[in-house]
Amino acid sequence: MTEPRAAKIDNVDDIIAGLGDVGYITSRQIATAIFVAENLTKPILVEGSAGVGKTELALSTAAWLDLPLIRMQCYEGLDESKALYEWKYGKQLLYTQILKDKMGDVLGDAPGLDEAMQKLKGFGDLFFSEDFLEPRPLLRALRQERGAVLLIDEIDKSDEEFEAFLLEILSAFQVTIPEIGTIKSTVPPIVFLTSNNMREMGDALKRRCLHLYIPLPDAKLEERIVAARVPDIEEKLRRKLVAFVQLLREQDLKKLPSISETLDWARVLLLLHADDLAPDLIRDTLNVLLKFEQDIHAVRPQIAEMTRKARQAGDRGYATTA
Amino acid sequence: MQRPLENFFRALRAADIRVSPAEGIDAHRTVDLVGYGDRRLFKDALCVALAKTPDEVASFEDCFEMFFAREEFADDGDGDDGDGEDSRQRPEGADGDENFADQLANVPLAEMVLDGEGGELAAAMEQSANRVGATEIQFFSQRGYFARRILDDMGLRDLEKLIAQLRRSGEGDDDDGGDAADLAQRLEQGRRYLLDESRQYVERQYELYARSNGEALREEFLMETRMSNLEQRDFVRMHKIVRRMAKRLATRYSRRRKHTRRGQLDVRRTLRRNMPHDGILFEVLWKQIKIERPKIVVICDVSRSVAAAARFLLLFLYSLNEVIAQLQAFAFSDRLVDVGDILEGNDVETAIPEIMAKIGFRSTDYGQALDDYEENFMDELDRHTTVIILGDGRSNFTDPRIDIMRRLHDRSRAIIWLNPEPETFWGTGDSEMPRYRPFCHVAKTCSTVMHLERVIDDILKSYARS
Repeated sequence: MTEPRAAKIDNVDDIIAGLGDVGYITSRQIATAIFVAENLTKPILVEGSAGVGKTELALSTAAWLDLPLIRMQCYEGLDESKALYEWKYGKQLLYTQILKDKMGDVLGDAPGLDEAMQKLKGFGDLFFSEDFLEPRPLLRALRQERGAVLLIDEIDKSDEEFEAFLLEILSAFQVTIPEIGTIKSTVPPIVFLTSNNMREMGDALKRRCLHLYIPLPDAKLEERIVAARVPDIEEKLRRKLVAFVQLLREQDLKKLPSISETLDWARVLLLLHADDLAPDLIRDTLNVLLKFEQDIHAVRPQIAEMTRKARQAGDRGYATTA
Repeated sequence: MQRPLENFFRALRAADIRVSPAEGIDAHRTVDLVGYGDRRLFKDALCVALAKTPDEVASFEDCFEMFFAREEFADDGDGDDGDGEDSRQRPEGADGDENFADQLANVPLAEMVLDGEGGELAAAMEQSANRVGATEIQFFSQRGYFARRILDDMGLRDLEKLIAQLRRSGEGDDDDGGDAADLAQRLEQGRRYLLDESRQYVERQYELYARSNGEALREEFLMETRMSNLEQRDFVRMHKIVRRMAKRLATRYSRRRKHTRRGQLDVRRTLRRNMPHDGILFEVLWKQIKIERPKIVVICDVSRSVAAAARFLLLFLYSLNEVIAQLQAFAFSDRLVDVGDILEGNDVETAIPEIMAKIGFRSTDYGQALDDYEENFMDELDRHTTVIILGDGRSNFTDPRIDIMRRLHDRSRAIIWLNPEPETFWGTGDSEMPRYRPFCHVAKTCSTVMHLERVIDDILKSYARS
């Protein structure tokens, strides 16, 4: 089954086309990153501001390659037992209780302690076997037979210790469980790590990863993304709304609207049956695009002017970015 | 191609992108994978493998364009005067050349120049450059030296000798002499073209490998310079330095961390965690200490007496505000105002002048400022807060309000006074430093950026330790 996957990621153009088919419009840089990552079997560290499509990239890659997506959300305090594996204590306990009665049968009439120990030896590792192992995301990803897409989301929120713990997995695609041994993946998963730059990642981690920075898209790319994600919206309106968002990004705002906001807005406009951008309409729906009261306040006086520009740009063709 | 790639790594390192040997190997593997054919793909792939932050991506792109511009120089040469004129003249001069074939054969450089093969020349120049180690260039003033050495290696001396020789024989007035003069003329043209190109080549090497050295030297110098002596034109550079420093401090300290005290059982949490297992203790939890995020109040004097340093103090305040979440910033001359909003809402070029315009350059009144602080903001001060005061303590003989200082001292975790004046000046004239000093946990001279970094580092470290 690995054949098709390798064949699919054979060259950059195929990746762009393939991701396009599942509704993810990429730039060449992103496709190149996936291409290199697959061929060098290295994880990709994806950075970019919120809502720019970092997580979506992993989801789409999984959908395109038809691989299971295994997602691990990082947070402060995340540790090995939640990320890698845990013993099923409850089950172990239950089994001990049940087996207690059987103990007599097993031991039979062993005359002394030594003999009893000998008899028990054969059952030694019963409780620390795979049956009682609860695999967590990382282990699951390694054990997928066809490979998987592993998404380690918001790695910057995890603790430094956890980051260090990831190193073995990310470079050798194997983990060591003391009671069982080293588990090595047969088909290395495609790994995406995303980061919002809450903190600087350690050099060791960076070194093991390829680095991909996803910037906010230009008008052309954004239009194609909107077209792919909100296909029902009329072309002219789409052009105008993208032009408007592009204008908005030139303002000094606390949080610039990113792609996910554009898409939300497009859906809202569709829902309201809008067929043209009007200042009033924008004023009412601005909270979809801007998430801070100050930002909304700063933009409000300029809406009329910006709408005019956006409409012009929409009529002219592709919006130009300054 | 190994060598150029290694040189490219060196250029990247000079541009502040760290390329470790392992990353170098990755880059080589990447190049094996994508090949050199598609420039775009080549660049994107290398970028993914080598640049690790958005900043690095930007410098990578500059560096890449500059480094691989050399190939274009080869093409440039083709279209330049060296070739353009030569090839036009060639048919007519061709038979004339034959007379000097022997002489030309001895000077390969001359042939190359006459052939006008820009690519060949460029390749030869690169080889020579490698031989004389042009990539080792350190200072701008070494350009001429290296250019000359490259040309010498290429055989410029022979070419010059040949030109001189041809000139001499060209002085005769027969047909042969005319040819010689003509040839000498063309060779001379080629020679000048070579000089130009080699100079440009070396300059590019300088840009690639050494420019950042100069920058680094300058920055080092700025860090040691007294803030009051810094000049306006260094402001942008200072901003960069201070920002980098603040960021460094922030990454080190801004997260809430926990220390596990191994060996001390946390009985309560252990029992609770193991309830599902029938009270059998599978999992043992240890006592932990939480390390608090630093909470800092900065009060910055921007009055006339510290005017020279004030801009840089504010610059520091601005950068600190960018990276520390719980920072309250105040500035004062005679009255004290909260400048948090100004710092938050504007970029540095507008924020600092705005603050200066609002309250800067007036006469100082520490007592009034402290009074303002107590009245409006004292409630937010608790024993987790560190107060940093940036100022010279010169209060124009007004009441210094030592009583408020005492209350600040009692309520806060620590008071740190950073004074741009050297310690010997404290207490002279209207300086109230000796009276404030007993209430400061730390009172230090802080006149350079280096000082500043060290002090802040100490403060933040103290949070980590407790």
